[in-house]
Amino acid sequence: MLEIKDLHASINGKEILKGINLVVKPGEVHAIMGPNGSGKSTLSSVLVGNPAFEVTKGSISFYGKDLMQLSPEDRSHEGIFLSFQYPVEIPGVSMVNFMRAAVNEQRKYRNQLSLSASEFLKLMREKRAVVEMDNKLANRSVNEGFSGGEKKRNEIFQMAMLEPRLSILDETDSGLDIDALRIVAQGVNTLKSAETSTIVITHYQRLLDYIKPDIVHVLYNGRIVKTAGPELALQLEERGYDWIKEEVAE
Amino acid sequence: MKKGNNLIKKFTKEKYKYGFTTDVHTDIIEKGLSEDVIRLISFKKEEPEWLLELRLKAYRHWLTLEMPTWAHLTIPEIDYQAISYYADPRQKKKGPKSIEEVDPELLKTFNKLGIPLEEQLALSGMAVDAVMDSVSVKTTFKETLLDKGIIFCSFSEAVREHPDLVRKYLGTVVGYRDNFFAALNSAVFSDGSFVYIPKGVRCPMELSTYFRINAANTGQFERTLIVADDDSYVSYLEGCTAPMRDENQLHAAIVEIMVHDRAEVKYSTVQNWYPGDAEGKGGVFNFVTKRGNCKGVNSKLSWTQVETGSAITWKYPSCILTGDNSSAEFYSVAVTNNYQQADTGTKMIHLGNNTKSTIISKGISAGHSQNSYRGLVRVAEKTIGARNYSQCDSLLLGDKCGAHTFPYMDVHNETAVVEHEATTSKISEDQLFYCNQRGIKTEDAIGLIVNGYAKEVINKLPMEFAVEAQKLLAVSLEGSVG
Ligand SMILES: Nc1ncnc2c1ncn2[C@@H]1O[C@H](COP(=O)(O)OP(=O)(O)OP(=O)(O)O)[C@@H](O)[C@H]1O
Ligand SMILES: [Mg+2]
Repeated sequence: MLEIKDLHASINGKEILKGINLVVKPGEVHAIMGPNGSGKSTLSSVLVGNPAFEVTKGSISFYGKDLMQLSPEDRSHEGIFLSFQYPVEIPGVSMVNFMRAAVNEQRKYRNQLSLSASEFLKLMREKRAVVEMDNKLANRSVNEGFSGGEKKRNEIFQMAMLEPRLSILDETDSGLDIDALRIVAQGVNTLKSAETSTIVITHYQRLLDYIKPDIVHVLYNGRIVKTAGPELALQLEERGYDWIKEEVAE
Repeated sequence: MKKGNNLIKKFTKEKYKYGFTTDVHTDIIEKGLSEDVIRLISFKKEEPEWLLELRLKAYRHWLTLEMPTWAHLTIPEIDYQAISYYADPRQKKKGPKSIEEVDPELLKTFNKLGIPLEEQLALSGMAVDAVMDSVSVKTTFKETLLDKGIIFCSFSEAVREHPDLVRKYLGTVVGYRDNFFAALNSAVFSDGSFVYIPKGVRCPMELSTYFRINAANTGQFERTLIVADDDSYVSYLEGCTAPMRDENQLHAAIVEIMVHDRAEVKYSTVQNWYPGDAEGKGGVFNFVTKRGNCKGVNSKLSWTQVETGSAITWKYPSCILTGDNSSAEFYSVAVTNNYQQADTGTKMIHLGNNTKSTIISKGISAGHSQNSYRGLVRVAEKTIGARNYSQCDSLLLGDKCGAHTFPYMDVHNETAVVEHEATTSKISEDQLFYCNQRGIKTEDAIGLIVNGYAKEVINKLPMEFAVEAQKLLAVSLEGSVG
């Protein structure tokens, strides 16, 4: 379970998050929406410990552990996964070597033995099927020369490989074509269980048609200004954010 | 707030696991360089008169030379009179004949370096000549090789046992007039390896020489000569380490390779001399002249080097493509961290028709280091159909290091095809963080990225060493990010 209390964070001295409170329980899907620049990606970066951001106040706990005390890699090992809004290219590093390092580091943290080469390749095959990812992509360097949509699919493939307890999907729908969106969203649904939680950051209802949120939040100007059920996303789709901004201004 | 910029930041102290010293009685001659010192070295090695004459000629020539300054290096003044030119760590009785006679301390040292000298323990498929300071301590599998007519022994032994071969080839690829350090080496060289592969013989095992500096205030001046006769093949590997000392130590070697008709030589180096500490104190000055002559038709020479050590590296393994249809390759990874400096590359001199050369150079710079590629491709006026392909890539970690590329082309025949490509890239904090998020530590992430980048070169190494080299790359860059 994730518990965020009064979280403030800044970059280069500029405060972006101004007091976030959020509780995500196992099995829940939370959608976070909000205008451009409101701080959604910042929140996800802070959750996974990106050192570019400084947490100035507040706390984050994850299954009872104080996340602020954990390095980014240990947060990953604890089961937090971020599907990046802009996945990074790593030329020269094959997907196979990259994922093998990731999977085996996680196993080491959990006192499990490393997978053998054949076990690992079998796992790759299985998980590729979840997002219908082409073998050719899996044999290339990490994200190098991948199209926008291919990168997003690759993020969810990695999520499948690492089986996180908390997945944060930062605009995973952007860049995906109509069929890819369905496939990738279905992949996310297959990976979901009563023990895992999901935070979906998106601008559009179409993703939420597939990945059904239990709770929808609006993040605006560094704060969660509205929280409601799935109907909120539909309202936003129809009316935009002006009415919320007005509410906040009052 | 500065955390983001700290991710790639100043290095901390890197770990150098070969930095120990061995406590053995060492016969060291007085510091200083003079004709008398050269006579003494020659006397200690019981050399023939012609060799002493050669040394003296080289010395007299060296006296007329100035240290070269064209490299992109800042070299502190070297006091050649403050160096001892000969150090022998063996016990008094000379020329160990069997393993029992080698000082156990020396065996222990090489064991610790991962180079067991007992043949039953040795890596299978590899013969080793172990050189400490100025002398060869032991050469393994000598007899096995001799059955095939292959000579693999220390240079000193070659001078005693095979004087005609040595005399025929010594200095024919790198003459003492070649450059400042070549002249110095020719005057004072101590030990190294000698290899002769007879006509039509494929050497059945890897040959390798392991160089170790131990004694303080000494220079190491190794000399290696490899001759591959017609239709022969050999793969040779060189490794080197030194103790951690605050003073700089000088290493000025010459490697000469002669490749006859249709013969092939592969020469691989894993250079891991002590690089100095994180503040740039100490470390080996590695000033080396390596050259091969593809003298025969269809002959082939390939240089592969993984350069991670030394405070300063000045090294250009080169090839003269004399024979028609001969070919040469140069594959290099040079890593510099902290305050290391490297100016390294190659020269490919195309004299024969339809000669072909390939240059793949991968520089990796971190910390405050400076890393330069310097290469020359020359095609002579009468040479028809020469081809060269060069690719020089630089990878930067952090923003305080430098990477430079100095490609020279000197093409005098219009049938030549010469291609050059160069790239510069940087490991970004975003890339490292992406790896972190997937559970991979920064150090391991750098290891993955660097090994991916250097793959083309690493793959050229004999298999056993490829794994070692991969680890070495990662270790050399340890502490290069915070
Ligand atoms: N490195 C940085 N330096 C200065 N400001 C930054 C930096 N990174 C982010 N910001 C600012 O922080 C604010 C929040 O950005 P963030 O990426 O979290 O928004 P977002 O809600 O994810 O927007 P979008 O919907 O466009 O993805 C923006 O105003 C952005 O310009
Ligand atoms: Mg965003």
